[in-house]
Amino acid sequence: MSEIATHHAISWHRIQAMVLRYWYLLMSSWPRLLELIYWPALQIITWGFLQNYISQNDNFFARAGGTLIGAVILWDILFRGQLGFSISFLEEMWARNLGNLMMSPLKPIEFLISLMIMSLIRLAIGVIPMTLLALFFFDFNFFAIGLPLIAFFCNLIFTSWSIGIFVSGLVLRNGLGAESIVWTLMFGLMPLACVYYPVAVLPDWLQWLAWTLPPTYVFEGMRTLLIDHVFRADLMVWSLGINAVLFVASFAIFLALLRSAKHHGSLLGGGE
Amino acid sequence: MVNSDATPAQPPAAGQESSAAIEVAHLIKLYKTTRAVDDISFRIARGSITGLLGGNGAGKTTTIAVIMGLVLPTSGRIQVLGHAMPDESAEVLGRMNFESPYVDMPMRLTVRQNLTIFGRLYAVENLADRIEQLASDLDLKDFIDRANGKLSAGQKTRVALAKALINQPELLLLDEPTASLDPDTADWVRQHLQDYRRTHDATILLASHNMLEVERLCDRVIIMKRGRIEDDDSPDQIMARYNRTTLEDVFLDVARGRVAEGAS
Repeated sequence: MSEIATHHAISWHRIQAMVLRYWYLLMSSWPRLLELIYWPALQIITWGFLQNYISQNDNFFARAGGTLIGAVILWDILFRGQLGFSISFLEEMWARNLGNLMMSPLKPIEFLISLMIMSLIRLAIGVIPMTLLALFFFDFNFFAIGLPLIAFFCNLIFTSWSIGIFVSGLVLRNGLGAESIVWTLMFGLMPLACVYYPVAVLPDWLQWLAWTLPPTYVFEGMRTLLIDHVFRADLMVWSLGINAVLFVASFAIFLALLRSAKHHGSLLGGGE
Repeated sequence: MVNSDATPAQPPAAGQESSAAIEVAHLIKLYKTTRAVDDISFRIARGSITGLLGGNGAGKTTTIAVIMGLVLPTSGRIQVLGHAMPDESAEVLGRMNFESPYVDMPMRLTVRQNLTIFGRLYAVENLADRIEQLASDLDLKDFIDRANGKLSAGQKTRVALAKALINQPELLLLDEPTASLDPDTADWVRQHLQDYRRTHDATILLASHNMLEVERLCDRVIIMKRGRIEDDDSPDQIMARYNRTTLEDVFLDVARGRVAEGAS
């Protein structure tokens, strides 16, 4: 009985092995490392100067200093979190290594946990330099947000993992022909997540749809904090609740797509 | 059509230890309307080397993939090392391994890094020693710290074999293990597989187009055609039945629809 329990338990050893695999890969390629920093840095510099320009010419933005830069950084946590997850997964498809992994004792949940850890590592490599640039160029201390930042971060990273798990399932089932979804799906959420503007800007009929997305609560909460200096804990709780549902649903969909891939023999090739 | 097993493969009842390494009963695999595997049954004894022979599209790769759990069967039952696949795969995946031209090892990682990762995935004890032993056995020492993508085809095959042997599997599944190798390297790989079977009492199931390889390595041959088992016996018995001196001639007979003497 205990032997069966051992076989079904999640193994930290196997998760470590997979994290080590991605770490080796990251360290073996300086272009991969540079790319992690390059795009976030470009984003923050462009949007930071735009915010400076608008602030000089508009009273509201002069008062609401940092909302654009804050939105850019939080958006990057959401987007890069998903990308960090999905690219590590794609590395297995590109390397044609998925068959080796699926044939090994590695369980799907262990595979996904290792991808989540890698998304945090890749995110840190990209976003920490970004926040330092924001501090030195635009005098915006992202970490001065304080404790609410933890709530913002956790909610955004949960959403990014859910999207990452869902997208990985699609690629698993449909092969690399579905790769473009990895890069584009998150941008589909951007208008409704109200990254750069309040939900109130949307027409009434779209607002209810916007409130079904966990990131909407985070961006709305960020603006409330920076403009009105009020932390709306209720928004974070709503976001967390919807995230929990989204996470469970995406994991269930991933397992269903994995099963479908096994039915269709997709794991043998992994190509287009 | 001949089947050397007097009784069709029937997995044992729960709790009953099976003497076979692999038992396949009435396996069918449909891809949409294509019958890739069409109601096949066989048992493979522990400690044996069995070859799956057949032309392109005969169903060899699909059969092996179903046994590994990479492909789900449409119907039929599979038991591997006494456990039902794929339901009990967690109990058995650590005791088996495989090599296939359909998968690669990560190219940017060195041989040592790849073996370290797979060793950890298979919870290999004294992993550094095991890697050193494999490097010595499979002659990997000269390039063990080189990226996998920078190796020749022969070196890559040896690395893939090292990965397949990292956990000292009881059951080894090989799909075209010597494809694209020069004769010298291919012969070397075959010798190593024979040694491994002898020293570890391991079971090996291999799919191959290479008749000489099958003749030399296998105790038993299962010939497949269009998803069905056309013949199943020792290489000598099969050659005698077709009145041929090589398996290649038998293969051509089967491919061209000539039936064995005495077969119905």
